[in-house]
Amino acid sequence: MSKSGTILYLDGVSVSFDGFRAINNLSLVLDRGEMRAIIGPNGAGKTTMMDIVTGKTKPDSGEVYFNGEIDLTRHDEADIAMMGIGRKFQKPTVFESHTVEDNLMLSLKGPRSIFPALFHRKTADEVRRIDDILGIIRLGDKRHMLGANLSHGQKQWLEIGMLLAQDPKLLLVDEPVAGMTDAETEETARLLKDIAKTHSVIVVEHDMHFVRELGVKVTCLHEGSVLSEGTLDFVSADDRVVEVYLGR
Amino acid sequence: MTFLRAIGLLLLLFATSGASAQSNETALRETIADLSSVKNFRETEEIVRSLGATGDPVVGRVLNALSDGNVSFRKSDNVVFIVSERAGRAKLFDPISGDEVGEATTTELTKVKVNNGLRRSIREVFATLTLGSPNPAVRQQAADTMFISPDPAAIEGLDAAIAKEDVASVKQRMVQARAAAVLASDLPEADKLAAIEVIGARGDRSALSLLVSYQGRSEGALREAAASAASGIESTIAVWNAAQNVWYGISLGSVLLLAAIGLAITFGVMGVINMAHGEMVMIGAYTTFVVQNIIRTSYPGLFDYSLAIALPLAFLVAGFVGLVMERGLIRFLYGRPLETLLATWGVSLVLQQLVRTMFGPTNREVGNPSWMSGSFQLGEMAITWNRLWIVVFSLAVFALLLYIFNRTAWGLQMRAVTANRRMAASMGIRTPWVDAFTFALGSGIAGIAGVALSQVDNVSPDLGQGYIIDSFMVVVFGGVGNLWGTLVGAMSLGILNKFLEPYAGAVLGKILVLVLIILFIQKRPRGLFALKGRAVEA
Amino acid sequence: MITRRFFANGADRRIFITIGLLLGVAVLVPILNIALPPDSAFHVPSYMVALVGKYLCFALLALALDLVWGYCGILSLGHGAFFALGGYAMGMYLMRQIGDRGVYGNPILPDFMVFLNWKELPWFWYGFDQFWFAVIMVMLVPGLLAFIFGWFAFRSRVTGVYLSIITQAMTYALLLAFFRNDMGFGGNNGLTDFKDILGFNVQANTTRSAIFAASAVALALGVFITWAIINSKYGKLLIAVRDAESRTRFIGWRPENVKLFAFTVSAVMAGIAGALYVPQVGIINPGEFAPANSIEVVIWTAVGGRGTIVGPIVGALLVNAGKSWFTGVLPEYWLFALGGLFIATTLFLPRGVIGMWDHWMATYRERKAAALPPSAGTPAATTPQQREWQASATGGAPEPQPAE
Ligand SMILES: Nc1ncnc2c1ncn2[C@@H]1O[C@H](COP(=O)(O)OP(=O)(O)OP(=O)(O)O)[C@@H](O)[C@H]1O
Ligand SMILES: [Mg+2]
Repeated sequence: MSKSGTILYLDGVSVSFDGFRAINNLSLVLDRGEMRAIIGPNGAGKTTMMDIVTGKTKPDSGEVYFNGEIDLTRHDEADIAMMGIGRKFQKPTVFESHTVEDNLMLSLKGPRSIFPALFHRKTADEVRRIDDILGIIRLGDKRHMLGANLSHGQKQWLEIGMLLAQDPKLLLVDEPVAGMTDAETEETARLLKDIAKTHSVIVVEHDMHFVRELGVKVTCLHEGSVLSEGTLDFVSADDRVVEVYLGR
Repeated sequence: MTFLRAIGLLLLLFATSGASAQSNETALRETIADLSSVKNFRETEEIVRSLGATGDPVVGRVLNALSDGNVSFRKSDNVVFIVSERAGRAKLFDPISGDEVGEATTTELTKVKVNNGLRRSIREVFATLTLGSPNPAVRQQAADTMFISPDPAAIEGLDAAIAKEDVASVKQRMVQARAAAVLASDLPEADKLAAIEVIGARGDRSALSLLVSYQGRSEGALREAAASAASGIESTIAVWNAAQNVWYGISLGSVLLLAAIGLAITFGVMGVINMAHGEMVMIGAYTTFVVQNIIRTSYPGLFDYSLAIALPLAFLVAGFVGLVMERGLIRFLYGRPLETLLATWGVSLVLQQLVRTMFGPTNREVGNPSWMSGSFQLGEMAITWNRLWIVVFSLAVFALLLYIFNRTAWGLQMRAVTANRRMAASMGIRTPWVDAFTFALGSGIAGIAGVALSQVDNVSPDLGQGYIIDSFMVVVFGGVGNLWGTLVGAMSLGILNKFLEPYAGAVLGKILVLVLIILFIQKRPRGLFALKGRAVEA
Repeated sequence: MITRRFFANGADRRIFITIGLLLGVAVLVPILNIALPPDSAFHVPSYMVALVGKYLCFALLALALDLVWGYCGILSLGHGAFFALGGYAMGMYLMRQIGDRGVYGNPILPDFMVFLNWKELPWFWYGFDQFWFAVIMVMLVPGLLAFIFGWFAFRSRVTGVYLSIITQAMTYALLLAFFRNDMGFGGNNGLTDFKDILGFNVQANTTRSAIFAASAVALALGVFITWAIINSKYGKLLIAVRDAESRTRFIGWRPENVKLFAFTVSAVMAGIAGALYVPQVGIINPGEFAPANSIEVVIWTAVGGRGTIVGPIVGALLVNAGKSWFTGVLPEYWLFALGGLFIATTLFLPRGVIGMWDHWMATYRERKAAALPPSAGTPAATTPQQREWQASATGGAPEPQPAE
């Protein structure tokens, strides 16, 4: 496999915790501009894979390349985020004592050192960006509400908004529709498809309707490695996938 | 004359303890009385020898005095006394019992004259007296005394004693004493070389000092031989010193282990830092004090059992205080570890002041039972019994906790709660009770640590404060993954401290250890034995 | 939106009132002390000037702690060390000002060095005869220590109680070190018997009043700087790190640097507080490094309300006034009171006096807003510091978390 043209390239990645292999010889390639859905039973290693890509967990072995050239295993979380990999956590985490607006402001792309932050003044451009994003994530009327007071679904969206504010090249989105109503789920799918027009995206989700809605290539993980890959129909027809995940 | 004095003292020691061969006291007195009628040194020497021939250690006193020129007889009635003169007056002592029997002016007395030849004879008599004692301990002691203050004149006596000796270890000491005497004599070089070898083989500190001082006054081959023997001893002593340091370290480590292990349990299971942990230790120590006080006033016979009585009491008292703390305060603060830290600090202030009000601010006397006092010698190390017992005790406590943790249902529950509280709760474990009793257990252990510490430290209201930071360091260093971390943490910190002390001094050593720990947790922020898992990153 | 603006203004107004008050006190108290005759009803006695001046230094120390604890979640149990280092730097200047008026009359060496038979001044005492040098050191030494310490601690992601414990170990190590005679800082007795500061007699009323004024101005400045920091984007980041450290990392910030800056600034503030404290009490000794002192600072901050700027100042003044009263009237009960304060504050007043007040006002306004027609129904904004309590209140029953 060639790394050129890929946004994310994982080859032979393994990691174990106290002897338990959470990721086992995992190989996965994402092309630039591609959106990929990842499914798999609980404990399949989906979140752990994201931990590896974002530098939170160091793999025991294997190659992890970003943009075909950057070895991610040599960088830490902040570096990787600055390179343009954004991540939404499985459990939504926003800055609870900040307003929605400030949450976005802190995530906006820009220098990340202390002194500029100390003397920072909000520019008109930033205000516009924040307004845009607020529009996209439909939280315009909540801009002064504290993160802590948002509902679960609103927190999910705010987190996606924070991702957008970073303007990353690759978005890792872990279970974005958990705890959402059907209508909200559809909204989110539409939103992600929008985003995918200009970004590379990996979405982890258990909700099959949502995955179908996205209509993209699907990878099914099981026990830390790829079980099956292809269109949703292809994957869900795969006997092994049915066996371990979907059920008959 | 120190040598003679030492031997004399030794003799008296054993005389009173009733060595056999008790000769007829009147016969002795008659012989001594003859001293008033001697005409020359030869006659005096005869009397000395016949006194020696009695083999009765009691003659040591008068011989000693004679050699010092302190034996006189009263002109009026020719009675012989040991005298102590001062400004023309003399106190009179009975030559056998040593009791003071009266006073006289010096003019009323005539001194029994001695010269150097006579003194030598007295020494020889002395040596044979002790070396010939039927008690092997006396003989060995005599040989050791002679080793420390060697006297060439004793060689003959030693030779005779060696020939007669049948206890191997005593014989060896005599040979060594002889070698020391040979070094001090003007015997030929070959003899001295052999002697150096014998002394070198003895290999203890007194042999070293003997060789070093001999090295200073000899030359040539002898000097070299002494030097090499001395350096040989030095290296064995260095090993012993290291062993001694390790021992001190283990002893400090076991104290730390006792103080820290309860802290590690509560911190590990509940994530609670109990700043009042030191005060639990203090409460245990004061419980011991109270127990001993009651025993002293009411049942003095039980004093040796005071610690055994104090142990369960201290556990209960401190455990109860802990239980009250957990139910009354800490359970409202779970999930807010920093605030728990502050609240428990408040409790520690209150407890300290309470004890200060009740028992006063000064140190309280807690006695060592007889089996905890004294020390014994192991090779070149001195080991005190109280330290040894504390090491044994702390390891026993550790083993017991290990058992509770790994082999009992309660331990299983504690481990389950440590690993995953929610899951444990949903499996039907009553987590509040596990918390409460874990906290009580941790406090109770601190209480019994207090009983042990009362044996080696001052019992005062600040007792706990002195240990709290060190205990924290043990927990931070060892990690809270399991109890072994605490053991390893405590022992390594104890030993490290004691090894740094000789080079850096106690205070600087301690500072260095603190700095090292601060650096260490850069590398391993969760200590040596860390818990792993997602909870860690939350 | 309107409510929010009101709140922001409310908070800012409080800051400016505080600064104004402090500046007013800085001018007024010296005048009332010096210019008015002692029998006047408005005369401020000198002992009061000294006492309150001391409290102001404590308030600055508490404010410094608040910056890291209240806004960044770093519970430092070693801030007393920075305070003491600042104090020692000032003490060294004051020692060298004694000149040949010491007991031994040595023009260069302070008395304790003569006593220890030292022949020359150790290198680290050079320059302390200059005031400007001492002032630089007052800020540089605590700042540098905080920077080095923080660099190691934050980089290795030591957090929570672990961090608290090693800060405590840090001040303990310094305590032991400064107790040593051969450290060259006067050992047990510390530095004392000061004569002059900038050529003025430290004992004189006018000098004392001037130092009092300096303390009040320094505190006002501290309030302003803290306020400016908190209201900058960096300040928001600081709070973000407090609440969700790893989240900030995943959007590209480096929490260790964020914390390091706050920690260093805070240490410098503590150092300045210490430097102003020493000439007012006339002595600095290793006892200032005692871990118990540092923990006491925490309770001042907690009582007043952490995460508020005015709170720590109010707390420091209240608790220390209480301490002075207690030690005068019921000395043996002070520790009971202090211990009880620790317990009561954490149990019943976790937001402190000011935080509690804000909370009450917010609920009151909310009620009033709810009673108004729905047009005013913008969601009630809460001040940042209130969020935490709401979160913990809604989070259900508290539950222990095993050590990490
Ligand atoms: N830091 C860690 N320490 C120990 N075990 C871990 C750690 N991180 C992940 N694991 C384990 O690795 C396995 C994979 O976990 P992961 O969270 O990646 O699964 P997942 O596919 O995201 O599951 P879910 O669908 O439930 O989110 C799990 O068994 C988990 O317990
Ligand atoms: Mg997951």
